[in-house]
Amino acid sequence: MKRGLEGPSPDERPSPAGRRNKQGIRIDPEVEATHKPRRTVISALVTHEPGVLSDVSGLFSRRQFNIESLTVGPTEDEDRARITIVVEEPDPGIDQIEKQLRKLVPVISVRELEPDAMRRELALIKVDAKRPDRVAAVADMYDGKTVDSSPETATIEVTGARRKIEAAIDTFSQFGIREISRTGTTALARGTDRTAAPESTAQPADEANHDDQYTPADDD
Amino acid sequence: MSERAAEISPAEDEQDDDQITDSAAPDAATDTTSESETTLDPVTTGAESVVRALENAGVEYAFGVQGGAIMPVYDALYDSDIYHVTMAHEQGAAHAADAYGIVSGEPGVCLATSGPGATNLVTGIADADMDSDPLLALTGQVPTEFVGNDAFQETDTTGVTTPVTKENTFSSDSDRVGSDVSEAFALAREGRPGPTLVDLPKDITNGETDREPDAPNVPDTYEVQERADEEIVAAAAERIENSDRPALLLGGGVIKGEASEACREFAIEHEIPVITTMPGIGAFPEDHELSLEMAGMHGTGYANMAITHCDTLIGIGTRFDDRLTGGIETFAPDAELVHVDIDPAEISKNIYADYPLVGDAETVVEQLSEAVDESPEAKKWRAQCQQWKSDYSMAYDAPEDEPVQPEFVIEALDEATSDRAIVTTGVGQHQMWACQYWTYTEPRTWVSSHGLGAMGYGLPSAIGARIAADDDQEVVCVDGDGSFLMTLQGLSVAVREELDITVAVLNNEYIGMVRQWQDAFFDGRHSASDYGWMPEFDKLAEAFGACGFRIDDYDDVAETIDAAIAYDGPSVIDVHIDPDANVYPMVPSGGDNGQFALTEDQL
Repeated sequence: MKRGLEGPSPDERPSPAGRRNKQGIRIDPEVEATHKPRRTVISALVTHEPGVLSDVSGLFSRRQFNIESLTVGPTEDEDRARITIVVEEPDPGIDQIEKQLRKLVPVISVRELEPDAMRRELALIKVDAKRPDRVAAVADMYDGKTVDSSPETATIEVTGARRKIEAAIDTFSQFGIREISRTGTTALARGTDRTAAPESTAQPADEANHDDQYTPADDD
Repeated sequence: MSERAAEISPAEDEQDDDQITDSAAPDAATDTTSESETTLDPVTTGAESVVRALENAGVEYAFGVQGGAIMPVYDALYDSDIYHVTMAHEQGAAHAADAYGIVSGEPGVCLATSGPGATNLVTGIADADMDSDPLLALTGQVPTEFVGNDAFQETDTTGVTTPVTKENTFSSDSDRVGSDVSEAFALAREGRPGPTLVDLPKDITNGETDREPDAPNVPDTYEVQERADEEIVAAAAERIENSDRPALLLGGGVIKGEASEACREFAIEHEIPVITTMPGIGAFPEDHELSLEMAGMHGTGYANMAITHCDTLIGIGTRFDDRLTGGIETFAPDAELVHVDIDPAEISKNIYADYPLVGDAETVVEQLSEAVDESPEAKKWRAQCQQWKSDYSMAYDAPEDEPVQPEFVIEALDEATSDRAIVTTGVGQHQMWACQYWTYTEPRTWVSSHGLGAMGYGLPSAIGARIAADDDQEVVCVDGDGSFLMTLQGLSVAVREELDITVAVLNNEYIGMVRQWQDAFFDGRHSASDYGWMPEFDKLAEAFGACGFRIDDYDDVAETIDAAIAYDGPSVIDVHIDPDANVYPMVPSGGDNGQFALTEDQL
């Protein structure tokens, strides 16, 4: 018996002219246009309770969001904690991250910070102390502080934007780095701009705003 | 009390609750609570508070399996009017509760003990998560002092279920445990439904408390947008009015949001062809001229042609799953998308929405109805859709001298039952035939495992559906031999509870869908898909105390089905179908919907 169904075969059917890119956006079939990943800071205000951090980090790994750092700490309100996440994703991915975070019940509000937001990170850099004067000079150069010194080692604390930390580590490497510990980025919006509105999870009116303007990757 | 609960912040919680307790002397409580509660005894333990929370939420049925850590809750259930259906396996309990939720619209409740009880629930919870079904799972847990010590039957249940629940909670206070359950019940139901879980350590449920649970309300950090932005509604309406080739795509959210009626009116008033997703089956009557039925991997040819060639796609309550879209690049490539969904995260997740409308399906469809003044001029397009319906007819070959074709069996079952009959399925070829060849006309009559694709869903979901259904609705489980084998211990439940269900096992002695793929993509190498032998399901049914039937020939089909449906109790028909039967049309994974194959050589 004949298997399957009757009807025009695939090559006899009309084909539509259009096409979408991998992010589901309709595009001119002649040009390849995918959104390029960019680095940005997402800040989330959450209820200060056990399990929230694992909910957030689990969400990121489960949905394969590209995450660079995640920090968490208390805020001016003892019932609230702030989670600061540095991500590198294309615009639709950033949009999706914000929306998925908002769906978590303990998450109170979420926003992407402006490129001019204050971003800081702290690093502890332990180096060989064979040339203490030069170590001190480099520490000075990066407004660093020597927090521990022993006959063999010196540990310097440096705070600043990510690039500054990277540059400091680069410079300290000449002394022989033994260990490094970094905190990841924490951030606040500038001036009267609120990092996160405390009691609102309402959607912005310009929901799903995929404009074609891309902000270049920004690091302070 | 509910309003107060929403207003207070967690910091004020303790204090405020004390005030409630103070004022809630027996006479005061009578004034502020519903009449039915006046006769209830005050709670004395955490477990009683858990059960009270369920009663307050209107729960009538629960599905579960006993065990050590959940015993205090079961002890409290002993005195409750909630009817407990004792299941044979926790997976069955979760699927039964899930189906109860689908058919009734209210969260189904399942219970299990700690450790293996909880892990056995996981498949059913994951299924509810993928399909946004309202489900509340209550799991026992080892006493708090043992947690973290690898105690007997200890599993980190909240850890295990976090990725597959809408929200879960580890209860840590006998005074709060009832309110935790109330909140979880509310969260399962409100907004986009989904599964929630409360983990109940034994010392917390055994612990003394006189605290009545709060009313079932969502926490104040959980907000749901009901109405869509009016400006975007107006822009979408203009687009629809000016469309040449409009199509409606109705998803499961239409049924969950009780928007089927509003969608029908909208489609019929503006004469817009209607496609459904698999969970959207039943949202629009498939015998209506505008219906193109289901699109996607095994959707109809005409639905896939229409979705590929439309210029405006109005997607309502759908998440654009890959089984629907096929390859993203070729999905509705000429269409501007009007996307209605209650979950903002579904907007532009897979397919970019030109008109994002966040809100409740029924509310937004009514907004659109008001905003659309003129119907689109799409006469030519409708004629084209009708042409496709005849070009790509679902008519199949069924020669008398060949084994019984499965499509014929589905049509016969449909014929033998009423329009409101409920169909549940396992997962595989039989599930696709049940989609394609049964004509659905009512919402909440199609119960299946869509997103997770969990074999074994059919029988336990028939149990849950039977309990939620009206007496005049038949419940038919269309199963496969492989799927049925996974959960057939549920027959013991159906027999004990005297449930009138009919299980039709489409038996080809294969994991048929895998066999079909192996023939198409793996050179016909039937690795681990060929059972070669199956128990006689009719005799197995009899051993359980159910009524067994068997079909081998076309001549048996109508008569046997009538007898099985007429039997007042669980019946099983072992239907020996053509083992070489395949499901078509088919769009291979990631393929172009418009290039669906009608035969194997087109794949």
